[in-house]
Amino acid sequence: MPKDHGIGASPKRREDVRFLTGAGNYTDDINLPGQAYVHFLRSDVAHGKINRIDTSDAEKMPGVIRIFTAADFEAVGGVPCGWQVTDRFGESMQEPKHPVLAEGKVRHVGEMIAGVIAETPEQARDAAEAIVLDIDELPAVVDMKAALAEDAPKVHDDLKSNLCYDWGFVEENREAVDEAIRNAAHVTTLELVNNRLVANPMETRVAIGDYDRSSDESTLYTTSQNPHVIRLLMGAFVLGIPEHKLRVVAPDVGGGFGSKIFHYAEEAFCTFAAKALNRPVKWTASRSEAFMSDAQGRDHVTKIELALDADNNFTAIRTETYANMGAYLSTFAPSVPTWLHGTLMAGNYRTPLIYVNVKAVFTNTVPVDAYRGAGRPEATFQLERVIDKAARELGVDPIALRRQNFITEFPYATPVALEYDTGNYHATMDKLVELADLAGFEARRKESEARGKLRGLGVNCYIEACGIAPSNLVGQLGARAGLYESATVRVNATGGIVVMTGSHSHGQGHETSFPQVIAEMIGIDEGMVEIVHGDTSKVPMGMGTYGSRSIAVGGSAMVRATEKIINKAKKIAAHLLEASEADIELKDGAFSVAGTDKSVAWGDVCLAAYVPHNYPLEDIEPGLEETAFYDPANFTYPAGAYACEVEVDPETGKVSIERFTATDDFGNIINPMIVDGQVHGGLGQGIGQALLENCVYDENGQLLSASFMDYAMPRADDVPFYTVDHSCATPCTHNPLGVKGCGEAGAIGSPPAVVNAVIDALQSGGFKVDHIDMPVSPSRVWAAMQG
Amino acid sequence: MYNFEFVKPTTLDEAVAALASEEAQVLGGGQTLIPTLKQRLAAPAKLVSLSGIDEIRGVSAEGGVLTVGGGTTHAAVAAGAGAYPALAALAGNIGDPMVRNRGTIGGSVANNDPSADYPAAVLASGATVVTNTREIAADDFFQGMFTTALNDGEIITAVKFPIPEAANYQKFEQPASRFALVGVFVAKYADGVRVAVTGASEDGVFRWSEAEEALSSSFAPEALEGLSVPAEGMISDLHGSAAYRAHLVGVMTRRAVAAAG
Repeated sequence: MPKDHGIGASPKRREDVRFLTGAGNYTDDINLPGQAYVHFLRSDVAHGKINRIDTSDAEKMPGVIRIFTAADFEAVGGVPCGWQVTDRFGESMQEPKHPVLAEGKVRHVGEMIAGVIAETPEQARDAAEAIVLDIDELPAVVDMKAALAEDAPKVHDDLKSNLCYDWGFVEENREAVDEAIRNAAHVTTLELVNNRLVANPMETRVAIGDYDRSSDESTLYTTSQNPHVIRLLMGAFVLGIPEHKLRVVAPDVGGGFGSKIFHYAEEAFCTFAAKALNRPVKWTASRSEAFMSDAQGRDHVTKIELALDADNNFTAIRTETYANMGAYLSTFAPSVPTWLHGTLMAGNYRTPLIYVNVKAVFTNTVPVDAYRGAGRPEATFQLERVIDKAARELGVDPIALRRQNFITEFPYATPVALEYDTGNYHATMDKLVELADLAGFEARRKESEARGKLRGLGVNCYIEACGIAPSNLVGQLGARAGLYESATVRVNATGGIVVMTGSHSHGQGHETSFPQVIAEMIGIDEGMVEIVHGDTSKVPMGMGTYGSRSIAVGGSAMVRATEKIINKAKKIAAHLLEASEADIELKDGAFSVAGTDKSVAWGDVCLAAYVPHNYPLEDIEPGLEETAFYDPANFTYPAGAYACEVEVDPETGKVSIERFTATDDFGNIINPMIVDGQVHGGLGQGIGQALLENCVYDENGQLLSASFMDYAMPRADDVPFYTVDHSCATPCTHNPLGVKGCGEAGAIGSPPAVVNAVIDALQSGGFKVDHIDMPVSPSRVWAAMQG
Repeated sequence: MYNFEFVKPTTLDEAVAALASEEAQVLGGGQTLIPTLKQRLAAPAKLVSLSGIDEIRGVSAEGGVLTVGGGTTHAAVAAGAGAYPALAALAGNIGDPMVRNRGTIGGSVANNDPSADYPAAVLASGATVVTNTREIAADDFFQGMFTTALNDGEIITAVKFPIPEAANYQKFEQPASRFALVGVFVAKYADGVRVAVTGASEDGVFRWSEAEEALSSSFAPEALEGLSVPAEGMISDLHGSAAYRAHLVGVMTRRAVAAAG
């Protein structure tokens, strides 16, 4: 019988009550007394030299308080990059300055040129239109390979070229991989594009700067996944505000998908301007601004080669990828195509030799950074596509080819630096074959054919590295931050608990799932536990939520702090029960002496801690509050197998997804309903990438897909009812909960399943199509069918 | 948006008078105009809303003609045009419920968006566009992308659709906007078949005369065999090439004929 509380139960999400009844407190719901509004004048050209910004007419417009340009920001730093990549020659990446407001040049459509502050948003916008700009438009570089040509226009004049770095991994394997490929019995080659995406969380970004003259404290309210990181980056690197004079609050956040990890110039602007004007300054992004200012995702162009021996064992993988950085380095951009991508190229398979080459390129486009999965979807897509192609070329069953090459012994050290602690890839594949009813596929195909449709089956595996950590390792890899997590567990006198976690919930349901863990550990009702997050003045220094790390890292910190609480509470209980601490047992919210009927309730122990009339003051301090910082020993490695069945309309090329089955190994699971929801959401985004979404610039760097009229988001009728399963659990071996993380899996594992299925469908109809780049839109499928 | 004066007359005469002033602009359901204003791409001095005028709203059928008031919403047509089921189905599949409850037939036809649904129905039905001053045959009304025979300040009061013996509209949706990438409306009358195509051409909605001839002889999908529209002049964009659109015209026409049966 399913549990009704604690770990493994599926209580409804408590936060949804306020979200669904309009009681959420999002950043845009915050309005401060005396608040002014900023409208940013943004570049409408992709590349240009700024000759003059004349604000004199605009300053006279009604309601205008002040207009800021780059000249006002001379004393502050640029927006920093949080990850340094060393190239394959041992040199540091090229790292251009990223000014808050454009200095001398504009480098992408949407770049901020001036910030107009006025009494109302409309007045600010009116005045922004009155600014006279004199910009000489320069030739833009958009295509990555063209950007690397000798005579290409340079995005940054002070850099040697548009090449950010040329990274090789593992560089020492380069020649061995080349030789293995030369000697292979068979080599399958695939060239593909991993399409650029716009994250499009439902809530656009918002920032409110505030300044308190009496305390000299600045506060930034912002739509962030990691407020402490923003405090550190913005305080230390941009504005020079010490952390004890800077508070960052990220209240309810309406989705992030990575795009709200990064420190954005608008945040620094509002904080700076609020202090300069001694007034709160608010900015709320329109959807149009979101399209041209939120960091975008993916955008890789890749060639992958898979070498096999005569028995179809994988012997080597070689890849060459061009990764678009956009015009500036967003906070974690350099890490995505390198350490979050190259390290995953082993996938679920025993491939002894792997070499990954990545050339990161500056272009006159919006900066690119982590988006749900971040590097891992790009790795999974190319690997699972090339395996499918190899199976077709060799005339073998694609599932059998995968099974033959599965890693089966753990721990397993890959040739690309990771050590998988645990997993069982055959088990998830067995489960997939059963749940997806692959045995019935041929019958379903015949039924589709009878209706004039081509039916295809796509199967693939994935593995990902979650819970991004440990700090000492990522430090060696170039991270300029630690990647632990923090939690303070505060027990109140009457037994209720407040957990202040460094993790940040922006849709993940932490307020529901985190209390389940504590309820399980202590044996109390979940309703007695409250989660506080997203405010640097309340929460210990934490690293925030991304990379599916909340429960694996943040949850573990909470467990460690709760263990300290329980240990202390046992001491108090032993005193109250006049027993030895070693004999005290905690069960169902009561401490008892082993082998006796003597017990004291949780609440009485808590009260004793704060009203210590009868208390072992000589041994322990009063109070019941503990903090833990948890730094994991390794990544976690969720893995799984996905099956997608599509129908292709041969007359129009339209693809419809008929069935989708996902079997995931997430280790132990706290709340199965929330995990289902996370997988559904991830699958929806992966299907969106595979079939619909595409961020496109023209040759001048103009964004063509700049609104929902042209950028196709997946809608309810684009996705099927999913079958998801997470029963094949191999618990993580190195964190206290045995959890792995589930937030990104769906987005990582689903795109290759969809494309594999479409190719299978076309092949079944006699079309010799090996590959179609995403999004596999009707027009692209039709064009491929024309040959 | 920029500031403007807003008036909401309750009679057609008041609306016509209000539109006589400089830079006055008609506001139907606002499904195109309001987003345009929000993006500051238009700056009318005055908006004259037609939504308060009862006399230009409603659907009625009489003597083989379905008359739809110019201010009638898509939702009202979907619910009330039972006498012309293909038209009701088209209206019920425009945009989403919010669009259908605000957008009007007069607004859609007057805007003549090259991807809008209604122009295909109006043209394929050989409908008559009735304004406050005259009646305009559909064949004369649509004059290319976003261009019509309407004069400044002229208000569409009704569209009169001769009810066909059989008809059907097939829309292949652009994946993002879900406007018609290609939409084909086929209507069979006693004196012949009319076929109108939206979404495809750089000149906006058009009649496919070869298909009309073939279908007038034999109203069956097979009659279209070997017929195609040239890719030249078709729209080519992110969502489909000119060749793809030309191909879809054939596919959607066959499907419309099959469905009209």
